[in-house]
Amino acid sequence: MSEPKPKQDEPIKRMLAPVRLEFTVSAGRDKTAFLGAIIEGRILGGRCPSCRKVYVPPRGCPTCGVEMVGDIPISDHGVVTTFCTVSIPFEGQTMKLPYVYASIVLDGADVPIFHLVDGIDAKDARMGLRVRADWRPPAERKPTMESIRAFVPTGEPDAAFDTYKEHL
Amino acid sequence: MATREIAVVSFAQTNSRRNELDETEMLLPVITEAVKRSGIARSDIGFTCSGSCDYLGGRPFSFVMVIDAIGAWPPIEESHVEMDGAFALYEAWVRLQHGDIDAALVYAFGKSSQGDLPDVMVTQLDPYYVAPLWPDSISLAALQARAMLDEKRCTELEMAEIAVRNRKSAKANPHAHLKGDHLAANLLGEPYAVAPLRRHDCPPITDGATAIVLAAGDLARKVCKRPAFIRGIDHRIEPHALGLRDLTRSPSTKLAGERAGVGKGKIDVAELHAPFTHQEVILRDALGLGAEVDVNPSGGALGANPMMVAGLNRIGEAAQRILDGKANRVLAHATSGPCLQQNLVCVLEAE
Amino acid sequence: MERCAVIGVGQTKHAAKRDDLSMIGLVREAATRALEDAGLTFRDIDAVVIGKAPDMFEGVMMPELFLAEALGAVGKPMMRVHTAGSVGGSTAIVAAHLVSAGIHQRVLTVAYEKQSESDAMWALSPKYPFQPPLMAGAGGYFAPLIRAYIRRSNAPNDVGVRVAVKDRLNALKNPYAHLKMPEISAAQVEASPMLWDPIRYLETCPSSDGACAMVLSSETAARSAPHRPAWVHATATRSEPNLFAGRDQVNPRAGRDCAAALYKQAGITDPRKQLDAAEIYVPFSWFEPMWMENLGFAPEGEGWKMTLEGATALGGDMPINPSGGVMSSNPIGASGMLRFAEAALQVRGQAGEHQVEGAKLAMGHAYGGGSQFFAMWIVGDARP
Ligand SMILES: [Zn+2]
Repeated sequence: MSEPKPKQDEPIKRMLAPVRLEFTVSAGRDKTAFLGAIIEGRILGGRCPSCRKVYVPPRGCPTCGVEMVGDIPISDHGVVTTFCTVSIPFEGQTMKLPYVYASIVLDGADVPIFHLVDGIDAKDARMGLRVRADWRPPAERKPTMESIRAFVPTGEPDAAFDTYKEHL
Repeated sequence: MATREIAVVSFAQTNSRRNELDETEMLLPVITEAVKRSGIARSDIGFTCSGSCDYLGGRPFSFVMVIDAIGAWPPIEESHVEMDGAFALYEAWVRLQHGDIDAALVYAFGKSSQGDLPDVMVTQLDPYYVAPLWPDSISLAALQARAMLDEKRCTELEMAEIAVRNRKSAKANPHAHLKGDHLAANLLGEPYAVAPLRRHDCPPITDGATAIVLAAGDLARKVCKRPAFIRGIDHRIEPHALGLRDLTRSPSTKLAGERAGVGKGKIDVAELHAPFTHQEVILRDALGLGAEVDVNPSGGALGANPMMVAGLNRIGEAAQRILDGKANRVLAHATSGPCLQQNLVCVLEAE
Repeated sequence: MERCAVIGVGQTKHAAKRDDLSMIGLVREAATRALEDAGLTFRDIDAVVIGKAPDMFEGVMMPELFLAEALGAVGKPMMRVHTAGSVGGSTAIVAAHLVSAGIHQRVLTVAYEKQSESDAMWALSPKYPFQPPLMAGAGGYFAPLIRAYIRRSNAPNDVGVRVAVKDRLNALKNPYAHLKMPEISAAQVEASPMLWDPIRYLETCPSSDGACAMVLSSETAARSAPHRPAWVHATATRSEPNLFAGRDQVNPRAGRDCAAALYKQAGITDPRKQLDAAEIYVPFSWFEPMWMENLGFAPEGEGWKMTLEGATALGGDMPINPSGGVMSSNPIGASGMLRFAEAALQVRGQAGEHQVEGAKLAMGHAYGGGSQFFAMWIVGDARP
């Protein structure tokens, strides 16, 4: 963008006032443990001591308001519960359009994570699709979910609607 | 207008400092603690109200992730102000006036250390005329301090003495962040940070979270030996444009104080939200507090200044003196905006 | 508890870019109209309650501070509410509580968004550490829920298209609406690009600059108002976590509980029969049938039938969004208050061309976050 320069006698309708602020965000205790495991190619969950539900990543239990210990290994296979196909560009986006953004319940977890589904034509994406994590090579992994490049179909038969309908 | 009796029955805060926790991890233990201390079941809390600010973490909806950590299930009646938690407490007090519910949870959180705070605060200024010049929050406070000195309303020595007293008081507060014994004369030998302010005149950058439980009359008496009853609470705002204000006075604090009934009796303890030393002088003056009033026994915002929390902490610290039987009538003050633009005053009493 | 009445309503002409106005001018356009409607000036106001969605939308932190002068708040209490998309509704409720608690006689409440001053899509999809940049704004969030709704209810695919057309036709009758599409047709909506499958471009709300304001007053103050007041019969808010095991995001319990609390206060047992109109927060057309079920206007899984039968059209038995709704004007922070204000206009008989004939009882609804924050009110022409 360049500074708009109004002609003489024309009202000034816009001004540019760029704001640049940098933030260093703390991952926090739970995410630090979780992302440390991600670098090693493992996914950690936590079980709420009160309702016994398994959360990935671990966190304070949303319904019980109690802390949990994030030490439960979770499978990197799961099922697409629902998804959307994104065909709109936006600032900061790095993906080629269209792509499939999905809610995925990993085996053994009670809440979905959200990630890219790849290795399938966007028009073939569907609810119930079985997928697995496609990890980046160990040297390329960082403390972010981007260490999983995407989830890709496993080739197993689709999960029945009844098995994941509670996660919608 | 007759108002319903509402009291602070419990208060919990983090050990204020810069920490590696995320917002929810800071907050969850203090909420758990405040609710436990209140003796009121979570299910009996009819309203929840919070204060926080997205710009501290540079992300929108910071209060949304927090809702995920406070046990908001079954669904709760809840509201949020993009203000200091003291204003959330005001909203909860208004809600409790309706009489259909008897208890409310108020909380606030601020992880001030995530960005360059004085610069972050620039985005709070008039975006057309002032913010593009990037006057940071310390420079604006220095402008106000300069006006105070020029008007002979205080001296640099008095400012240093305020810093010494607050940091000394903070030693007795396990939750405070910046504490210690200093000599005013030595402090005056330090260089200016932004003249006429030296480092000791400025607050620390603190991460923190606080929770308070409010209860209406009978419930408060049932669960608490010495509830801190809110006898008056009011807040007022001034113009944003600094040129429209006499920076050495705080008419909004004066008015809020009058309406909260500060002058109706003797104040034992006053917790003033004065992040900069000279602001304590302005506030004392606006509230008519004499030398006999114990000001900021907690160390105040000079001892710990978690943004969006420090005002609510003043109410909590003042109320705690009543809960502990150390005071009978206390005053708490919270501020928001550049150079004390907006001010809230709350008077609490034991029975 | 004091009775509370809406005695003044004002809104801006909503548009993609109101570059004829600053933020100050925008809020004042709505506020002065509300005051004129109430026959008052800023001097008569006791307190100001302002709301808007995330500050990053305009790049100003806590903008109420710099708007204090413009809204005549100097020397008065001023509050700033932020409850995500539901904020316009929550703000009105905070203001109403100041009156019903007996604290103030006349409260000015304002909500606004000036989306053109920054990039809302960017503000909603920031680059967070730890997470891949995949979530494409609000559409990326809600599209999977809509897919889940369609799967669960077996709704025909064209329900979203029908709502999109109906709301744009309603907007033609609303002089303040942003989108004016006289040629709108089902074919046009169907042909528009699929942005977040299953959401098409014309099945989404626009991005607008706009503001809304109301003057709320006590019964005593309402007596001297020049126009008929809308009486507040009930207000309710409910919130729930964004994500938890077993959460029903399609038909969230917070919405159901909020509506139940609201109806109880207003003495409503059959909302579809008893309410004459409703302004519901529908940012993506599919949310109309979803909220019909959530609000108890239709049994679960059958909300879409109301749309297809024409029940939700202006001439139907349960007119939804006669103003054109969020689908036609979406200054985000103000969108919830616009729903509340339009409900008030209906029962005051002031809705002009989009008036539901003889409307006596109307509902305003707003939601936000991941379908997790709800704010609702019911207003009526009769004193409760
Ligand atoms: Zn649990």
